[in-house]
Amino acid sequence: MKYIDEYRQPELAKKLVDRIHRRSRKQIRLMEFCGGHTVSIFKYGIRQLLPDTIEMLSGPGCPVCVTANADLDKAIALAQLPDAIITSFGDMIRVPGSYSSLQIAKAEGNDVRVVYSVLDAIQVARENPDKSVIFVGIGFETTAPTIAAGVLQAEQENLSNFHILSLHKLCPPIMKSILDLGEVRLSGIVCPGHVSAVIGSHPYQFIADDYHISCVVSGFEPLDILLCIDMLVEQIENEDYKVEIAYRRGVKPEGNQQAIKLMESVFEVGDADWRGIGVVPASGLILRESYEKFDAEKNFEINPGPVREPRGCICGSILRGVSTPLDCKLFRQTCTPEHPVGPCMVSSEGSCATYYNYGDGDGG
Amino acid sequence: MCLAIPALVKSIDGFQAEVEIGGISRRVSIQLTPEVQVGEYVLLHTGYSINVIDAEEAEETLKLLREISEAV
Repeated sequence: MKYIDEYRQPELAKKLVDRIHRRSRKQIRLMEFCGGHTVSIFKYGIRQLLPDTIEMLSGPGCPVCVTANADLDKAIALAQLPDAIITSFGDMIRVPGSYSSLQIAKAEGNDVRVVYSVLDAIQVARENPDKSVIFVGIGFETTAPTIAAGVLQAEQENLSNFHILSLHKLCPPIMKSILDLGEVRLSGIVCPGHVSAVIGSHPYQFIADDYHISCVVSGFEPLDILLCIDMLVEQIENEDYKVEIAYRRGVKPEGNQQAIKLMESVFEVGDADWRGIGVVPASGLILRESYEKFDAEKNFEINPGPVREPRGCICGSILRGVSTPLDCKLFRQTCTPEHPVGPCMVSSEGSCATYYNYGDGDGG
Repeated sequence: MCLAIPALVKSIDGFQAEVEIGGISRRVSIQLTPEVQVGEYVLLHTGYSINVIDAEEAEETLKLLREISEAV
C-alpha cells in the first residue's frame, strides 16, 4: 500500500541501523509515548536492532490502558440502566473494572455494542429512538475531534437520545506529569504520530525548553521509527534539545487547525483520572456546558460503588515506565490475553499484550 | 487506538468521501479535512480523515532515507 510499503524497505532500514550504531555514544533512555509505537517497535524487532547504548521504555499512550477503574465502573453502571445501549470501541469491552466488565454486563443481558466509529453509535441512536444510546468516549487528541464531530452531528439531527461518557485524555499534560513525577529519567521522547497529526509539534516545545529532553514526532512504519531514533540520537549527542518531526507526510508543526477548532468548540479542558497516576489537573476533555444535554454523567443517576484495583496487577507502574510486564508476577501466569487481569493485557497495543505477543524485546 | 491508515480519496460529496484502502472502498467523513481533493491520500481514523498526507513531504523523507543509505 502506498505510504506504507516505501517505509518498510529492509535495505534502507539496515543502513539506518548502521548509522545509529555509529553515531550513538552516550547511554540514553528513550520513551515511546504511544501504544501504536510500542507495537511497531516490538513487531519489527527494533529494540534488538539498537545498540546497547539505547534503552527504550514504553509510556502511558494506550487510551484503554490509562482509563481508571472508577471510569470503567461508570461505563458498566450506565450499561446496567434500563433502556440503555452502550456503544464502545472494541478493546474497552473486555477491560475488567472493579466488579465487572462491559463484556460481563453484556452477557448478563445488557445491551452493549462494539462500534468502529462514533458515526456508528449515532446510527444506533437513530434506529433506537426509545433507548438512551451512550458512547464511551475514550482516546487522545487523535480521536477527540471525531467525537466532537459526532456530537455536532447529533445536535444537527436533534438526536436527544445520544450521549457521551467523555473519558478523553490529553498527551502533553500527562507527559509533563510523568516527567514531574521524576521516577524515570529520559533523554528523549518518541512523540505520538497521530496525536500530533491533530495538535502539531509545537505543544511539546516545553519538554525541550524546560526539561532538556529531545522530542521527535514519529510515524509508525519501521523506517519512520528508525529515522526518529536517529534524529533523537543526533540531538542528544549534540546536546541540542528541540522538537522535530520525522513523520512529515502526516504531521505539520501547526497540526490540523480544523480538527482543533472542532474539538475546542465541543470540549473544554478538565481534570482526568489516569490509571496508575491518579487525577491529573487539566489533562482531559469534558463536554462544554452548551453540549451538556449529550453528557452521560450529567443526564443519568448512577452509583458504581467503591473502586477496587485488581490484586497483584502492576499496570499502573508499567504505564509510568517504572516497571515492565516482566516485573509482574501475574504476567503469562494468571494474566494472559484470554484471561486478562489488567487493561495492559486486554488492549492490542497494551505493553503486556505486546510483550506477550512479540516476546520481551530482548530476544525472549 | 490512535491507529490511522492511508486512504485514497476517490470521490467527494459534501463532508462525505468515498475512499479506497488497499482495494477496499469505504464511505468516510472528511469534516476534519474539508480542504482534501480527489486523488489525495488522507490518514483515516475511526471513520474520519484526520489529516491530508503531504505527497511532497513523503517524497522528501524517502529522499533523505536514500541519501543516508548512500552516505554509508
